[in-house]
Amino acid sequence: MMQAVAERPQREVRQDPRRRGAAVRLDHVSKSFGSRKVLDDVTLEVPERSGFIILGRSGTGKSVTLRHIIGLMRPDQGRVFVGADEVSALTGPRLAEVRRKIGFLFQNAALFDSISVGENVAFPLRRHTKLSDAEIRDRARQKLESVGLEREYDKMPADLSGGMRKRAGLARALALDPPLLLVDEPSAGLDPITTDEIDELLEGQKKNGTTLVVVTHNIVSAKRLGDEIVMLHEGRIVAHGTAAELEASPDALVRGFMSAHHGG
Amino acid sequence: MFDRVGRSTIAFLTTAGEISAFALKAVREAFVPPYEIRETIRQLYELGVRSAPLIAIAGLAVGVVLSMHTRASLERFGAEAMIPAGLAIALVRETGPLTAGLLLSGRIGAGIGAELGAMAVTEQIDALEASAVDAFRYLVVTRVAACVIAVPILTTLMNFSGMLGGYLAETTATGMSLNLYFNRAFSLVDMTDYIPATLKTMVFGFIIATTSSYLGFTTRSGTEGVGRASTHSVVMSSILIIVSNVVLVRLIFFIFPESGG
Repeated sequence: MMQAVAERPQREVRQDPRRRGAAVRLDHVSKSFGSRKVLDDVTLEVPERSGFIILGRSGTGKSVTLRHIIGLMRPDQGRVFVGADEVSALTGPRLAEVRRKIGFLFQNAALFDSISVGENVAFPLRRHTKLSDAEIRDRARQKLESVGLEREYDKMPADLSGGMRKRAGLARALALDPPLLLVDEPSAGLDPITTDEIDELLEGQKKNGTTLVVVTHNIVSAKRLGDEIVMLHEGRIVAHGTAAELEASPDALVRGFMSAHHGG
Repeated sequence: MFDRVGRSTIAFLTTAGEISAFALKAVREAFVPPYEIRETIRQLYELGVRSAPLIAIAGLAVGVVLSMHTRASLERFGAEAMIPAGLAIALVRETGPLTAGLLLSGRIGAGIGAELGAMAVTEQIDALEASAVDAFRYLVVTRVAACVIAVPILTTLMNFSGMLGGYLAETTATGMSLNLYFNRAFSLVDMTDYIPATLKTMVFGFIIATTSSYLGFTTRSGTEGVGRASTHSVVMSSILIIVSNVVLVRLIFFIFPESGG
């Protein structure tokens, strides 16, 4: 399974977009900002109901990859699929329809700061369901309870700590019970204990059948959550395999990253 | 030198083109359902109702000052009786709309530029999109609609509070009654003065909302960018209001010739 890119081509994927089993598929995706190539012919496939980790140093295109999956960015070349839908070709209501099936936890949670924590979680429910106000508030409370924030419903996002904001962001991302959850740097700016709490919540989601795509540089989190790990370097996939396979990689860059960031 | 001028010109034209495209998109999207009624009402409250105290106080002060200046001029000709009517015409036709437009470009323009700018740099706009919400419709179209509705109403408030200020100055100077003051004030003002001048402020509202939303939406570079978006929103919308006012006044005289007399 393990691949190190210098010697080997990236994984082949079948071209039938209707195939089952892949929650997400990037097919020869490239993206540049000005003269800087951020993603360079990236091809990957995320199996359904799995934990898929994208590792790499800062600025190697990890977050850009997530943004392509949810259609916040479009590739210069290549195609992006979520299930059978080609996200990179969709716009308007059809793109919105796909996005409803995806939860996205942003690096800094990106809570709407003009409304309360509870209303942040209720927001997707108000927009996309026909539930009554009481049912929406009830559902939002349940989601906050599931991340340990049941008492913070009426607080404003600015009144929460970094870890609490991230948990509230996770509750909002899970409000519509999406089958696919994208997570951008869940441990960024958090202490090890809070990181562990967030990882536990994400692990619980995976056990419930949610497909996780997690961008991180934290090896401990990657090992805990990842069934498969890819490592990006300068916009290219330089390794793909399990954590154990990456640790035993013949590629010095991959081994160096795994050991340098171990426990990080 | 020529290079620099050329680059500046291209940058200016590019920005102008982008703002125009942004404004056109706002108009187009405003008429396509589903409508964001709830958010538009919230924006009407935030941008409109919360601007009312500023406009009322400013209008009162403008009315007092205008009345004092008018008295100083008309006294020389023994035409003090014309003060209420002169003040009312000045307020309704030009001073009220332009002053309200400029004040609101400060309050609303800075607010929208800073709020959307902060949302852009903290990924809240991306979070809206990721939540399957059309951020342009939710954030921009609602603010444009709220401004187009609120600015004429606030201009009317400015006109009335200006007249009230004029009355306070007059009653202090001469003891004129409220009834007599407003009878004289409305003796020369009719709907052809009020309607075109007030409708023109819908354009001011559109300018304020689209310019500041564009600058907020396209904010980069963190808090520094947010500050820049806020400042530029005020400067650009003020300039555009003053320039567009010239065109609009000419247009009003063309469509309503009687309002020129």
